Amino acid sequence: MSPTARELNREETRRRLFTRRALLLAAGQGSLFALLAGRLYVLQAVDAERYRTLAEDNRINLKLLAPPRGRILDRHGRPLAVNRRQYRVVVVAEQTADVGETLAALAHLVPIDNTQARRVLKDVRSQRAFQPVTVRDGLSWDDVARVEVSALTLPGIAIEDSLSREYVDDPSVSHVLGYVAAVSPDDPADDPLLRLPGFRIGKNGVEKVYDRVLRGTGGRSEVEVNALGRVIRELDRRDGQPGSDLRLSIDLDLQRLAFERLGEESGAAVLLDVHSGNVLALVSAPAFDPNGFVRGMSAATWKDLVKSEKSPLTNKALAGQYAPGSTFKPAVALAALAKGVMTPDEGVFCNGVTELGNSRFHCWKRGGHGWMNMQGAIAQSCDTYFYEAAKRTGIDDVSAMAHRLGLGEPTGIDLPGERTGVMPTRAWKRAALKSAWHPGETLIAGIGQGYCLSTPLQLAVMTARIANGTVAVAPRIALDEDLRAHAGTGPTGPFEALSIDPAHLRVVREGMDAVVNGNRGTARSSAIHTPGWEMAGKTGTSQVRRISRAERLTGVRRNEDLPWAERDHALFVGYAPAAAPRFAVAVIVEHGGGGSKAAAPIARDILIAAQEAAARDQVPPADDGIEALKGTPSATGAGDAG
Amino acid sequence: MPADTLPPLGFALARKIVDIRWSLVVMLTIIAGVGVMMLYSAADASLRPWAVRHAIRFAVTLGLALAIAVIDLRLWMRFAYGLYGGALALLIAVEVAGSIGMGARRWIDLGFMQLQPSELMKIAVVLALARMFHGMSITALGRPWRLILPVALVLVPAMLVLRQPDLGTTLMMLIGAAAVMFAAGVRMWMFVAVAAAGLAALPIGWQFMHGYQKNRVLTFLDPERDPLGAGYHILQSKIALGSGGLHGKGFLQGTQSHLNFLPEKQTDFIFTMFAEEFGLIGAMGLLALYALVIATCLAIALRCRSQFGRLLATGLSVTFFLYLFINMAMVMGLLPVVGVPLPLVSYGGSATLSLMIGFGLILSVHVHRDLPIGRFSAGGVE
Repeated sequence: MSPTARELNREETRRRLFTRRALLLAAGQGSLFALLAGRLYVLQAVDAERYRTLAEDNRINLKLLAPPRGRILDRHGRPLAVNRRQYRVVVVAEQTADVGETLAALAHLVPIDNTQARRVLKDVRSQRAFQPVTVRDGLSWDDVARVEVSALTLPGIAIEDSLSREYVDDPSVSHVLGYVAAVSPDDPADDPLLRLPGFRIGKNGVEKVYDRVLRGTGGRSEVEVNALGRVIRELDRRDGQPGSDLRLSIDLDLQRLAFERLGEESGAAVLLDVHSGNVLALVSAPAFDPNGFVRGMSAATWKDLVKSEKSPLTNKALAGQYAPGSTFKPAVALAALAKGVMTPDEGVFCNGVTELGNSRFHCWKRGGHGWMNMQGAIAQSCDTYFYEAAKRTGIDDVSAMAHRLGLGEPTGIDLPGERTGVMPTRAWKRAALKSAWHPGETLIAGIGQGYCLSTPLQLAVMTARIANGTVAVAPRIALDEDLRAHAGTGPTGPFEALSIDPAHLRVVREGMDAVVNGNRGTARSSAIHTPGWEMAGKTGTSQVRRISRAERLTGVRRNEDLPWAERDHALFVGYAPAAAPRFAVAVIVEHGGGGSKAAAPIARDILIAAQEAAARDQVPPADDGIEALKGTPSATGAGDAG
Repeated sequence: MPADTLPPLGFALARKIVDIRWSLVVMLTIIAGVGVMMLYSAADASLRPWAVRHAIRFAVTLGLALAIAVIDLRLWMRFAYGLYGGALALLIAVEVAGSIGMGARRWIDLGFMQLQPSELMKIAVVLALARMFHGMSITALGRPWRLILPVALVLVPAMLVLRQPDLGTTLMMLIGAAAVMFAAGVRMWMFVAVAAAGLAALPIGWQFMHGYQKNRVLTFLDPERDPLGAGYHILQSKIALGSGGLHGKGFLQGTQSHLNFLPEKQTDFIFTMFAEEFGLIGAMGLLALYALVIATCLAIALRCRSQFGRLLATGLSVTFFLYLFINMAMVMGLLPVVGVPLPLVSYGGSATLSLMIGFGLILSVHVHRDLPIGRFSAGGVE
């Protein structure tokens, strides 16, 4: 059949229509191609940087490497806190034929109970097959050895190790050291290390204050991971900086002795170097085992710690506030001398009672001491004399002297939890109690009672300053000044001048000498008889019941009859050698009775031990004070340091 | 060549072979070569399990395409309905087997490869429609009832595929058929009417969609909806693409793909892998290559003397375009995730087979471009 002209024409129309339509289709496809190209351009050129970052985020996992924590050492380098390698046995599911069977085989080597096995199986199911699951923690060496020997027959079983904190087995240092524990949500999360599972930070004591120093800086390992999180390879590794070792001024022997001497009592003792402010011993009894905080302790143990009326968790040396009692009298004497309202030799007659308005203030000695000068009044702790001294000086000036000696304000020691104490003034009472000062309260303050509150550490500082006589010694417990500066705690730089007339100090020191070495001294039974090692000091017996500052502030005076709790606190502050002081001590035995009987013997033993240790170490007396003296050109009182 | 001159009965085979559009063959081979390369990379620098098999499949199907190319176009026209019927039978067979067997089964196991009848159907529908519209005058095209048969021809297999369920293939089949009808000259208003009706029917269609299909659409609309769940693949694909940047991370160096952040990198997401490793430059190059293939097919269609050839080449090239467009748009987050492979690059036998049959037919259109076929011819050799 030959196509007709009409047919050809129709065919041509159809072809033209097709061409039009085909070109339209082509245009459509072309614009879709342009869409694809545009999208590609946006993804790969415009937003490429963003996606590159996302891809790297996908690919690279940063693993933090925990640095080993710095050790804590005593002044002689004896370890107080170390890191112990701890072993755990883990199972890697993908390397085992059957996790259950492997566990059963492992149970022949190390005991695994059903609960543990169930937990492991549950963990294995919920994790990726290549992630190790801990079967048992805290393996003994024998366990480790048994598992290692059988390692070849137990595919998928491995031993992993980690470091855990271990404290010296000596409760005397527990308050000073503090402890490390798991990071809690309210800890500042400024260090990525804190987000590491199982990471522990210092929660108390020097562990807390020097946490940054001891912690070190974390290392990091950059690993490439696949979509399942399996580590493909390590790309980069930067080891962190291990924590610095921290050397304390504490002498473990003295610390131990002080703690043992406190025995079963509830109390505290502080031993300071009067030149450097170094804390040689700082104990609070009873104590606790800091390892319990690392490894975990039973609920019963914890309850005992919290509920005990002897509050073992509190560091009483700096958080216990007590009326200083008669140990405050040297401060009152210095205040009276400084104000010029009394001369050392001026006599005050004590007939056993002082009257002020309608009130009567008794001396502890019924019948009175008769005529007393300042030295005798300190030696015999005559209350009447100090009522008079305080009355003449006025409470504000007594308080000012107390502050100069370190009372009523934080000592700034590099330990946490220090309390301020109270050295009352008129203004203080108006602000705190909203009432006017009564003249009688000045008298009470004159014998360290009433509103006066101080910590054993403050009393030790007061004693050290009286003994030093030149500079306002401040206590510190870390030897390295750089570390203190780094941690932003404790005294740095030279001590301030004490600014108390040396002549006045000599009077007070003679009085304190007579307390121990005088014929009628209140602590003469605790004298040190070794020539050149003599102790000087001041007894104190605070008659107040255990009344907290808060209770005082609110004026609540409870009268429950608690047999132990109603007994007097026994206090003693002292220094030795009396002629050229090197060591100052403060001891408090809660409800221990009289200071001369309960506290002075402990103080004596501590001072003897301190001097023995110094003699044994052949350390020249100025050694401890080098830092202080170096930085203090004005410290010309070398007579005391000599 | 004058219109009344009968073509010589049977070109010499050698003439036909020389006359094959070899430039198109070269382009296809390059694209398949890219596929082999990427499958090598996807297997972490290993020829197994994908690269070698892909190369062999391409070689075999290329041979098939060349054989198809030299077979007289009129023969294909004559067998158009027969092939359509065969494909439909296979489709029904799969449907029956699928309803008997467990779950959705879309393929027939041929031993050396698994054949998806729906893939063959894409070609068969275009063949059948091209023949049908070849015999229809412009006047006839204007009469809506004349379109009932061709529309039914498309809808029957489309419904079967939709039941499998395979939304991607269904859509490709419908759009491919629409392209043939459009090129054949079906009135514009009809397309507008159908499009309007389709839009109106969308909410109803939503009701009939499977949960996972709805999920895909929702995920497409907001990929960050569930970054670790349904949106994960698209997000990771975009990260892979974007992180490739201008120059790419280098062959075998794609971190997203080699660390398995990228899903199904040997099939649907192979373009992502290519773009991650070869960057914007490589991806644009591949895109240009595809565009060149489409343009060549268009040129072949425009040059062809017979309406059958023109429609066949157009329909097949649009089908090819749909493959690559849907795939690329999907991995770039422009379309919801639908299981459509990147033509000739993704690993997969059925798609390669049907695509190469399609190119064989297009080549045949080219070889027989000057062969006039009468409107009322049944495709017999006159």
